[in-house]
Amino acid sequence: MNLPDAEKLFEVLLESLRAHVTPDTGIVGIVTGGAWLAERLHRALGVQTPLGVLDPSFYRDDFSKSGLRHQVKPSQIPFDVQERSVLLVDDVLFTGRTVRGAMNELFDYGRPARIDLAVLVDRGGRELPVAAQYVGANIEIPPGKVLVLDRGPAGGLSLTLSDQRRRRLDIEGESEGKK
Amino acid sequence: MSRNPQLNEKGALQHLLTIEGLPREILIHILDTAASFINVAERDVKKVPLMRGKSVFNLFFEPSTRTRTTFEIAAKRLSADVINLNIATSSQTKGETLLDTIDNLSAMHADMFVVRHASSGAPYLIAQHVGSHAHVVNAGDGRHAHPTQGLLDSYTIRHYKRDFTRLAVAIVGDVLHSRVARSLIHALTTLGAPDVRVVGPKTLLPAGVEQLGVRVFHNMDAGIRDCDVIAMLRVQNERMRGALLPSEQEFFKSFGLTPERLALARPDAIVMHPGPINRGVEIDSAVADGSQAVILSQVTFGIAVRMAVLSILAGK
Repeated sequence: MNLPDAEKLFEVLLESLRAHVTPDTGIVGIVTGGAWLAERLHRALGVQTPLGVLDPSFYRDDFSKSGLRHQVKPSQIPFDVQERSVLLVDDVLFTGRTVRGAMNELFDYGRPARIDLAVLVDRGGRELPVAAQYVGANIEIPPGKVLVLDRGPAGGLSLTLSDQRRRRLDIEGESEGKK
Repeated sequence: MSRNPQLNEKGALQHLLTIEGLPREILIHILDTAASFINVAERDVKKVPLMRGKSVFNLFFEPSTRTRTTFEIAAKRLSADVINLNIATSSQTKGETLLDTIDNLSAMHADMFVVRHASSGAPYLIAQHVGSHAHVVNAGDGRHAHPTQGLLDSYTIRHYKRDFTRLAVAIVGDVLHSRVARSLIHALTTLGAPDVRVVGPKTLLPAGVEQLGVRVFHNMDAGIRDCDVIAMLRVQNERMRGALLPSEQEFFKSFGLTPERLALARPDAIVMHPGPINRGVEIDSAVADGSQAVILSQVTFGIAVRMAVLSILAGK
């Protein structure tokens, strides 16, 4: 399956946001891919509000089933969320569960005036009533496949498709290897 | 070799009973997870929903204020329901055995037990008894271990010094009676600190302590010279039987941390203490309140570290 160039999708996303983002908008990226995109959008759009980062691991609905999936990064919202227009940024929109967790976490910092969602790729397969207002591209991805955004050493973005489940904690991987 | 009783068949943490024998990766994972909980305390809503609907039982068979309170706060910030049981004033005084107490609480659907007990090994006994139905966290057992204290001390050291692999750490005072000292020694050697020292009078250092990979000093000045971290221990009057100590004044003269002694350590050395502090016995007020003391940061970090431990256990 041919995947589009992530850099081109980023340009599409950036252009669609230009008319709507103001210097006061609070941009918040979801780790890790969403945070990379948010960082670039924040710079390109000349937003004054400091950049925010969310890791919604502590808000996931599958915690009691799977535990903490990966190395959790500290969330940082270095601005007042109260009554602010917030742009949430993620790389791939799939079931909508991550976005639900991120919105719940955001509300624990205050009551935003509104939240919009920008994603590089909407791959369909929603399990919750979540929609993105700004989308780089809609790509049909078969269920069971994982679409991941990667960042190269020079900062270039690219998309890859794999069969594997997302990498579990390093500790578990190691102990499994020892057995 | 039999499995570490704290780990499940996948090698993940099932109970936290002691730091001894835990792989370095698990300690690092706990410290990293704690770092992501630090700023929960600075938000509008100081809670995350991770442990919603879970019941955490604080079982304190021995008095404690700081540890019990910080475990309670940690569990509440994770949205768990917390039940505090002060066993000294409950059915055990009516003759119920420890495991009968646990069976009754298990029948109330406890998900986690946080246990403080005067007998070394009591949390092991409980962990074996409950198996995989619940999680047990040792909040201090006898002279044996106090793993969350060792972890929060490690977190504090990492916060101020970044890297363990170049550090000289002196643990000073009543090592013999100290579960805090044992847990910190195991944490530091596992995390790769190259120079861990224990400093105290012969009567208050356990025989053979050097087998834990530490250097032994009976002279305070030599023991803390050029150290990056000084971890003071509380002189445990209530554990003291017989003539281990001539007097508190004499202990202070030989092993009390004064500004003059602190000057022998590195100029950027930090001073830690697990609390409660005995001013004028093991530490001078000028040091306890001074700029190098990080004693209150330890308390704050302790909440995040306990949140990390509870959430890692609950997620498995």
